[in-house]
Parts: sequence; structure tokens; C-alpha cells
Amino acid sequence: MMTNINVRGWPVMARPLGESHKRFLQTMMANGIVDGDKARALHRHCCETHGAQYTPDKLDEFIEVINAQLQPMFMQIRKGLSEEDGLQYYALVNMAETDVTRMSADYADNELELFRKTMDLIVDSDNGTASSTDILNCADSLQTKKLKKKETEHVLNRLVQDKWLIEKQGEYSLSTRCIMEMEPYIRRIYQDQVKVCHICHNVALQCQMCENPTCGIKIHTHCVARYFKGRTDPRCPSCEDFWPHEIPEVYRPPSSQSQSAATEKTTPTPRATGQSRKTRRS
Amino acid sequence: MLSVVLTCSKLLTAASFRVELSGRERGNCSLFSDCVGECALCERVHVINTRLNKREFEKRKKFQNNHWLLKAVMSQRKRPSNVQSSQSKGARHSEVLLGGGGGDDDDDDEDVTFTQPSTSQVQRGLARLTPAQVDLKTAEVVQFIFVKDQKKIPIRRADIVKHVVKDYRNIYPEIMKSVGRTLDTVFGLMLKEVDVKNHVYILINKLEPPGGELLNMTPSNPKIGLLFVILGIIFMKGGVVKESMVWNTLKKLRVDPGDRHEDFGDVKKVVTDEFVRQRYLEYVRIPHTEPLEFEFRWGQRADTEVSKVKLLEFMGQLHDQDPQSWTQQYRDATSSQTVPVSQR
Repeated sequence: MMTNINVRGWPVMARPLGESHKRFLQTMMANGIVDGDKARALHRHCCETHGAQYTPDKLDEFIEVINAQLQPMFMQIRKGLSEEDGLQYYALVNMAETDVTRMSADYADNELELFRKTMDLIVDSDNGTASSTDILNCADSLQTKKLKKKETEHVLNRLVQDKWLIEKQGEYSLSTRCIMEMEPYIRRIYQDQVKVCHICHNVALQCQMCENPTCGIKIHTHCVARYFKGRTDPRCPSCEDFWPHEIPEVYRPPSSQSQSAATEKTTPTPRATGQSRKTRRS
Repeated sequence: MLSVVLTCSKLLTAASFRVELSGRERGNCSLFSDCVGECALCERVHVINTRLNKREFEKRKKFQNNHWLLKAVMSQRKRPSNVQSSQSKGARHSEVLLGGGGGDDDDDDEDVTFTQPSTSQVQRGLARLTPAQVDLKTAEVVQFIFVKDQKKIPIRRADIVKHVVKDYRNIYPEIMKSVGRTLDTVFGLMLKEVDVKNHVYILINKLEPPGGELLNMTPSNPKIGLLFVILGIIFMKGGVVKESMVWNTLKKLRVDPGDRHEDFGDVKKVVTDEFVRQRYLEYVRIPHTEPLEFEFRWGQRADTEVSKVKLLEFMGQLHDQDPQSWTQQYRDATSSQTVPVSQR
């Protein structure tokens, strides 16, 4: 039996998994990432299907049991917030190869190099996106084999389909799962160059910035929505200057009686639920 | 000492060698089966592949270890004259060639580069390593298996050894035991050997297929629908169908193997190549047919993953009939041999 450390730092003997845990894990493996509501529904269904005791609101403890067993495998079911909609998501991430080589089974060397360059553009940008034009320009200067325009478009489509990137109107950003999985890698490679949210301390690619030249702290768009909710006079939490940016509304999915239906329609993050979505680019 | 000189008339391009085997040689050599012999010096068991041709032999020469047997082979590169005479087309001897313990190999047909270590070797190997190191290797193999399984490509033992186990190959059995335990206790999965000769595995689910709400939560592939239709055709027709039957039925469903389909792309390729590689179907030539005809059967993955009972229930719904009304198929579906692993 391996001794693991739980979230509070205490050593924990890994508890053997029941069928409900295995089922949950298998579904997470098939989906990659699920939103909070679906995760909670999945918890209930797994317990009911396999006759395990079900306690609502104990999803995190349920997952902790699974994570204890996953730790020797360098895998983890992690909780995180999406930069797109500020909603909570659960993703199965791989912690062993936090390098881009994790994807290397599917992508050629020059395609991985393109992905790295795209990530460079996204991290350096103000708004956490890279335009397709800029990415196409990168494709011209790859050190490994160069990619033609058509090939570059094809690679980008695959990256979107495999849920590493999100595409919106020609602008590419890192998907929620990508950020959750690659966060350690991003921090290691980019170090100080990557923006970090002042509120939640996670990597912040789509964020707002304090305009005070001596301050310049960054806050996630969704963290802004929560932090400044209801305030008529928003002030920077660090330097107290007026916060000049538009305060978005806290995103709420339409109230969900049937959870799966609601989350399917409203959350924009692409997921492989139901049929696969094809991104057709002209 | 038994001096064995065998040649195979079919291996015309292969070099033949005279080799000396210890008296403990066992097993027969035919063109497609392995010969198993023990090295007189180190007592390790070698698997001998008879399809080794000259090019392959040159490759292996680089990785020879100092087994006595291999040394014997190396010293006799030229074709001995007495062999020449029996090289006529009528001769039906088998050729015995040796593979040693090293070398890399991406050839689909061969798995000679890995020799199973003996129990004592495993014990000695384990004694030199920490449990943490063994656990780490287990984790790497599990990851490797998942990556391969993602594409539903069967996993070759040779690949596991070459890409992951590497220097730990002397404790390979112990690692694989640990891998099997982990796959079962953490993921509810199991490795099943579908090709015992070449040691090829697929990953199967020990949990029952999900029903009801859980089914909605598992993302599905449109190709699975196509596959199920074909499996259904084959099953209802007693387990084998001519390919023309499958194509005609699909055409009625507006899936034409000649045209490019919106969801499946090149239909013929998906059915005869992808599904076959994934071991869902078998696409076998019917002998003595002119022009060439093929037939379809269920593949090993379908046998282990798909419940014939559920398939019959699905057919029942489709045709608005009681599944039991197909008595032969119902008997077939409920007989113990066809019950998938997860439901035993």
C-alpha cells in the first residue's frame, strides 16, 4: 500500500476503490473535462448504479478517494475555473508529463512546435488570444519542418477538436483543460512572463489589468465579476486606484432542473459530449 | 549435441545457418510457429522465429549478446554446401534461425527480441531495485497502455518493453503483474491477450456497459453505430457473412462504401481497415474465389466487449420482435462462451 498525502498534507492510506469510484473515473477518462453540475450528477449516478452510499455535496471527498489511488500514476482529477465562463470544471489531468510531449503521441514534431509557438503568442498577448494570422506567420519560421497554410489550418482544427485550443472568430485561446493540465509547465517555462491572477493566484491569460503604472496587477475576468459584484465604486485591491474596466456580470447558466440539458447548451467550452463537433473553416 | 540443419523451401531469400542446439530443444519449427530452445550456457529460454531473413539477421547481429547459441550462428555465415542440395522446391523442412536477447524491432510479425526472464532472474532483479522504482515503471506502462488504447490499437508486448520497460526488462513479469493489479483496482480494466503468439493485448472493461443516465454521459462516436449495425448483421446470420451482404445492407441505410460519407469518411476503409485493426471485425479472404471475395466475422474485441444479449435486444426493438423469437441466435447469445468478461 502506498502512503499518499491528502490535500491537507496528512499522510493517508489509499482506500480501495468501489465500482462507483471506478465508473466515475472511467467516465472522466472518456470526457476529459466536465462541468461542476455534470460532475455532481455523475457522482449520484455512479453511486446509484453500483449500490454505493450516496451523500450529496460530498463530491470532493469522493474524488479525493479516487485521487489517492491515482497519485502513484501521476494522474489527478482536478477542480478549476474556466476563463471563458468562470464556471467550475473537473478535469482529469496528467501530472507526470507536464511537458508538451504529453501530446506527442498524436502530433508530429513540427506540429508540436507550432503549438508551442501558439502558446507563446497567447501568453504574451494582452487578452490571452492569438490570431490565426499570427499563427500562420509562425508556421513559416518553424525550425523543424515548415508547415504550409493548409497544413497549419488542419493542425489548428485538430488541436481544437482534441480540446487543447478554443477558436472564436479566428482567435485562438487555450482551453480550460489545457490550462488546468499544463499550468505547472506554463509556470516553469514562462516564469515571470506569465500573468497571474491577484485574487485566485492561478495563471491568468484572459484577464483585466490595473492601469496604474506602478501597480499593474491582473485579475481574471470572472474573478473581477465576483470580486466587484455589486460595488458602485470598484477599486484595485492592491493600489486602490479606480478600476476602469467594465465589470462583467457573474455568469450563471440558466437554472438547471435537468442538469445535462442546461450545461450542454450554455457553456461555450467545447467538450466531447454526444456527437463530436466539427469545426469547419472556409 | 544435436546438430540441426534445416531449411525451408519458402525462405528463399533467407540465409540458412547451421546451428547447434542443446539436447533440450523442444517444439517443432514450421514456417509460422515459434521454436523454443534453451541456451546450454545461460539456461535462458529463447524464442526462435523462423521467418528471420537476411536483412533482419544483419540488424540483429549488432545486438547479439554472448549466448553460446548465437555465437555458433555467427561463425557460420555462408550457406553450407550440403544445405544447397535440399533447397529444392519440393523440400519441406523448416529453417531454424536464432534471435538473441537484444535488438529493436518494429516488424509486425516478430517478437523475438524479448526473452522471458526466469524466476530467479526476476528475484535478483527485484532485489536491486527500490519499490519506488518499480512503482514508477508500473505508472509509465499504465500511461503507455492508455495512450495506445485511446486509438483502440492493440498493444504489443514488444512495444511495452522497447519504449517503457527498457532496462527493467529483467523484472518485466513483476511489472506486468503490478500493472494488471493497478488496472483492475483503480480503473476497473483488464489487459486481455488477443494474440498469444505475438503477445498482443487489448484493454477491456471489467465493469458492465453503462445504461440509462450514465450512457448519456459517455461521449459516443458515430462510428460505433456503424459498427453495431455490422456486428448485428453478422450475428443474425450465424457469425459469418460475405462482404457483399454487409455492403448491400449498408447501402439500404444510405451508407455507400463507394461514396464518401459525411460522418464516416471513407466507409470501406473504416470497415475493412480501421475496425479490423481495432479487432472489432475480422475481414478474411474466402479461399478459391474468383474474383477475390472476403467475409466478415466478429473480432476478438467485439467478442469481449459486446454483449450479444444486448445486441439481440436492440434487434428486437428495431424489428419490434421478441428477442427470443430468434431461437438460434438467442441460444447463441446466452451460451456461456459468449458472455463477455464483464458479465461473468
